[in-house]
Amino acid sequence: MKIRLIDIAHGRSGDKGDAANIGIIAYDDYGYNIIKTYLTEEKIKKYFEGICFGEVKRWEMPNIRALNFLLNNTLGGGGTVSLKHDAQGKTLAAALLRMEIDIE
Amino acid sequence: MKDKIRIASGQGFWGDLIEAPYWQVTKGDIDYLVMDYLAEVTMSILQKQKNKNPFAGFAKDIPGLMRRILPFCTRKNIKVITNGGGVNPEACAKEVLNVAKELGLKKLKVAIVVGDDIFSRINELVSNGHPLKNMDTGEPVSIIKDKLLSANVYFGAFPIVEALKLGADIVITGRTTDTGLTLAPMIYEFGWNEKDFDLLAAGTIAGHILECGAQASGGNFLGDWQSIENFAEIGFPIAEAFPDGKVIITKHESLGGRVSFETVAEQLVYEIGDPKNYITPDCVADFTSIKLEDMGNNRVMVYDIKGLDATEFYKVSCSFMDGYSSSASLTYSWPQALTKAKAADKILRQRLENLGLKFDEIRTEFIGYNSCHGPLAKEMDEDLINEIMMRVAVRSSDFNSVERFGKEIAPLILTGPPAVTGFAGGRPKPSEVVAYWPALISKKVVVPQVKMMEL
Repeated sequence: MKIRLIDIAHGRSGDKGDAANIGIIAYDDYGYNIIKTYLTEEKIKKYFEGICFGEVKRWEMPNIRALNFLLNNTLGGGGTVSLKHDAQGKTLAAALLRMEIDIE
Repeated sequence: MKDKIRIASGQGFWGDLIEAPYWQVTKGDIDYLVMDYLAEVTMSILQKQKNKNPFAGFAKDIPGLMRRILPFCTRKNIKVITNGGGVNPEACAKEVLNVAKELGLKKLKVAIVVGDDIFSRINELVSNGHPLKNMDTGEPVSIIKDKLLSANVYFGAFPIVEALKLGADIVITGRTTDTGLTLAPMIYEFGWNEKDFDLLAAGTIAGHILECGAQASGGNFLGDWQSIENFAEIGFPIAEAFPDGKVIITKHESLGGRVSFETVAEQLVYEIGDPKNYITPDCVADFTSIKLEDMGNNRVMVYDIKGLDATEFYKVSCSFMDGYSSSASLTYSWPQALTKAKAADKILRQRLENLGLKFDEIRTEFIGYNSCHGPLAKEMDEDLINEIMMRVAVRSSDFNSVERFGKEIAPLILTGPPAVTGFAGGRPKPSEVVAYWPALISKKVVVPQVKMMEL
């Protein structure tokens, strides 16, 4: 079965220097199990190919059913150095929520 | 000791909703108004202003805002805490005292926190064995010493606590952490000490929730945003704090927005790294310990928070000159809007190359197509695209290259693909790129100072 991440989770993204942080929060425990299982560091790195040029790190926050990702080398230098229209990665959480996941 | 205090967020950044702090002091009861004005880039802008004018270098909005809110603050005994003093808290405080005088106030104590500005001490610190290595690259600050624009240490809550103990009605600081602004009144009112790490972490997390203003109360909410009521008069968050470290996040009832599990959770994950180690000058907070309980009626309880010892270092934020940049845009309409925009980009790049200009980076994005999600943007049927804005940005250490880039945009209108518009306002001028240099410094060599200024 294919589901879109935006139907089971919400989130927010921002900048930490040249890294982008993306927090994804599931609406319920069922959703949290799905994001915990499917949103691995490798999967996120591959999804953001051509955007994220560094290491992806993931942390679990089961207390609020969330995962936090840090995508290094992603914002074109970050801050005022970046030439990107979205220099702070504000729209990257939305980009991730557009992902389709094939769940068993 | 009070059994509860209400701390209200008034600004999430310099440029935030101007009415918000006015609503916070007029639309309900609060004890403290806290306002964060400083982003990393802000400090360098303020330093440049101060270099030109010794009476500048702080958030200029503050005196005007004080004129509107001071009468309410004095009558309702609301204290104001802000880091909008930037690189010149003293000049800011003087202006606030002038405003108070003009308003006919008889008594006002304004405290400033200084000592964070180590720009003039860099040589001394480096030669005394503090290399201020870049936290990302490990390089010593000496390699950019000649290009430095500003250098500020992030202080925490305790200097503000000292100011409150001295009876300050208003506390104006330089570079203080956003979270410290909210934590300070809790420490002061509830008598917490420097080793109460769980309590300090609780106040720090309340500060994190408040520091981006309405982002915790329905603004920029990626969940069910359509159902948020009255964005026009959105209520900024208020932290109702208790002596045991419990905090209830809420907002004034008559204002719009929403405080729910989801809106608060979104702010909790904003701009964090390792959630178990959220490092501030006051403590290390564990975001995975937070319990959130949606109590309904725009009230969310935040409790059970754990924290650890603060580190021995302050974070330092330096900024330095790192070349020039410029950006420009043109809009192409149907038919073949995207194809034409891409062709124009190719022509422009060919011309820049033919001129032998030097750039570190040229970046083109097509607004309406891929400027947000880059290669993740989905293909579109071009006949359905009404228009595309081509945005080109360049960066270079060579001023002349960036300046010439600005002269190559408008010519595309008459010398490139058709049905193009949107070039107004003249040639874009090169702007200075201010880069950011994060470092650490031992807490032993930087001492915060609190000064009281009175009417």
